[in-house]
Amino acid sequence: MKRRVFVKGSLAASTLAVAAGAGLLSPTRVLAAAWPENAFGQRPEADALNAFFGTSEVTESDQVALKAPLQAENGAVVPIKVMTTLPNVESIAVVVEKNPAPFTTGLEVMGGGAGAMYSARIKMGQTSPVKCYVKSGGKVYMTAQEIKVTVGGCGG
Amino acid sequence: MSTKMKIKKSADGGYEVMVLAKHPMETGLRKDSKTGEKIPAHFIKTMEFSLNGTAVAQADLGTGVSTNPLISVHLADAKPGDTVGVNWVDNKGESDSAEAAVK
Repeated sequence: MKRRVFVKGSLAASTLAVAAGAGLLSPTRVLAAAWPENAFGQRPEADALNAFFGTSEVTESDQVALKAPLQAENGAVVPIKVMTTLPNVESIAVVVEKNPAPFTTGLEVMGGGAGAMYSARIKMGQTSPVKCYVKSGGKVYMTAQEIKVTVGGCGG
Repeated sequence: MSTKMKIKKSADGGYEVMVLAKHPMETGLRKDSKTGEKIPAHFIKTMEFSLNGTAVAQADLGTGVSTNPLISVHLADAKPGDTVGVNWVDNKGESDSAEAAVK
């Protein structure tokens, strides 16, 4: 009888520990965060989004605009610009689907009215859809565009 | 390494902050053409923007960002007389910063 109680108790304790562990590991990213290593390393896009935004649920939206060339002559320098009219932007991410590391860059907004625009010059190894994600009000919105690359720029 | 910052008034109000950082942004995948050895990765990880000393945004960069990154963000709350700062850190712990006043 005593043994049964002990087994039950330890089982419950271990479940709790697992739950706590999972809670610690789950992506709860707050302000002034460190470099999101998990997002940059992830190959499946959904995992990278999960690591960066804390969710992989995405809605397509025309309130997010990606300004980029249709064709890039030099894959080493592709200028891209993300613009959005969404209010309260929390973060922005740019994903190049066919790059060795698809998660390319992101912006985390903490204040100052930032977030309406983010631009960078990125590398592209080959012709690929480029997706930009904007998180606003806890939801993630996305728009995509294919950029053709004639000469790749990812080394190798 | 040097970092330059330019602030432009944008058409829809607020200001556009452009930062040009001189940095090799090595991916770690490239090989030296002479020795055939891999060139170790060397890239900027985070670039933090501040408005009058308060952090307002942080850009997370990786190996997929071009050599000499040109990053720009829009600050709707910036006013003439404000100070905008930027500070970046790379994967080797090197860092640089720049500051400019909003005109």
